[in-house]
Amino acid sequence: MARPGDAGRLVVTGTVDDIRSVVAGISDPEIPVLTVDDLGIVRDVSVQDGTFVVTITPTYSGCPALQAIQEDMAAALTAAGYDDVEIRTVYSPAWTTEWLSDEGRRKLLEFGIAPPHPVGLLVRPDVLCPRCREKARTVAEFGSTACKALMVCTRCGEPFDYFKEL
Amino acid sequence: MTDTAFTPIAQGSPPISGDPHVVYVLRHADDNLVLAHRMGEWISRGPDLEEDIALANIGIDHLGQARALLSHAGALEGAGRDEDRLAMHRSERAFTNLLIVEQPNGDFADTMARALCFDAYQVPLWEALATSSDSVLAGIAEKAVKEARYHLRHSSTWVIRLGDGTEESHMRMQAAFDRVWRFTGEMFHGDEVDHAAADSGIGISPITLRQTWSDTLDGVLTEATLTRPTETRFRLGGRRGFHTSHLGHLLTEMQWLARAMPDASW
Repeated sequence: MARPGDAGRLVVTGTVDDIRSVVAGISDPEIPVLTVDDLGIVRDVSVQDGTFVVTITPTYSGCPALQAIQEDMAAALTAAGYDDVEIRTVYSPAWTTEWLSDEGRRKLLEFGIAPPHPVGLLVRPDVLCPRCREKARTVAEFGSTACKALMVCTRCGEPFDYFKEL
Repeated sequence: MTDTAFTPIAQGSPPISGDPHVVYVLRHADDNLVLAHRMGEWISRGPDLEEDIALANIGIDHLGQARALLSHAGALEGAGRDEDRLAMHRSERAFTNLLIVEQPNGDFADTMARALCFDAYQVPLWEALATSSDSVLAGIAEKAVKEARYHLRHSSTWVIRLGDGTEESHMRMQAAFDRVWRFTGEMFHGDEVDHAAADSGIGISPITLRQTWSDTLDGVLTEATLTRPTETRFRLGGRRGFHTSHLGHLLTEMQWLARAMPDASW
């Protein structure tokens, strides 16, 4: 049944790439400088029986940003005219900070968050202060979000977050 | 004349039986759900702000793991129960968590002793479940093991710092291990559900985790200058729904809103 407002509504017949470009720019509500694309959490976009399926993976099992990101994706896709969209969550393969883009790492540093070290190093390198590039010490293994630890620079005394390697 | 309002078993609380696959997933979900609630109880009560945040973050990891497992158990069961229904509308006797996770937080030493004992169990558990023949369970485990390793690092650090600390902190850390020890045996006490899960490749027999756990505990306790308790009269019952008196109080707080206002939403 037609509803008011339906008349003249654009019928959108996009491609998987179109959908991908709509969702790619959505930002992480907890670290707004990063997009979902920077984080590497969009695992797949496909069409199944006429429905666009966007598959995402959480950074951490209990990440509270995940639901907000799902809602933002649904809203952005609706606004772009895509009604028939499903957003799925998968756990495997498990997200790793290795999926963080170079662009994402650069943005983190600029924002004042030390980007993650590579995963699996035998000796964990020092975390460097994003301001003066000097060695920092760990204040707490858990920072303002599940994905970060709290550091303080040994030279300038600036407290900052380190995006933990995972 | 029958009146369904007076059936002896409370609605939403069927006895713990049925498909061993569902029961197996549900018991691991319950462990994480109950421990998540205990960690959440520390919010605004932590010894300092950083630790307050750490305990909440660990709690939220357990909650995320619990939600994924509860959803999976509900889907496997196929009776229309979702994660909320399973979390909020089962009574104490239908909860299958280990007794250790429902123990009160006590002081910070009690919480860290409980955390170390449980984290050292969960790391090899998730490692094993990551190769489960149940691909959903394997996916959840593959994710969770990374989080569990970080929890273990956190609890080990505190146990070593407090055990090898002042006379007072050493005494309280030792007393905490002495108190929690009687609940550790249950983690390795397999029953028919575990055996069925191990046989089908869905899960593992928990006894296979004991050596790894024991080695981890010995390493940390030695570095912390603490003595491994010798208590061997282990308390059992959680997996069959027989709990210590603490779980009922925890569930009352956790579930009252969902039960007072069913279908309430944000």
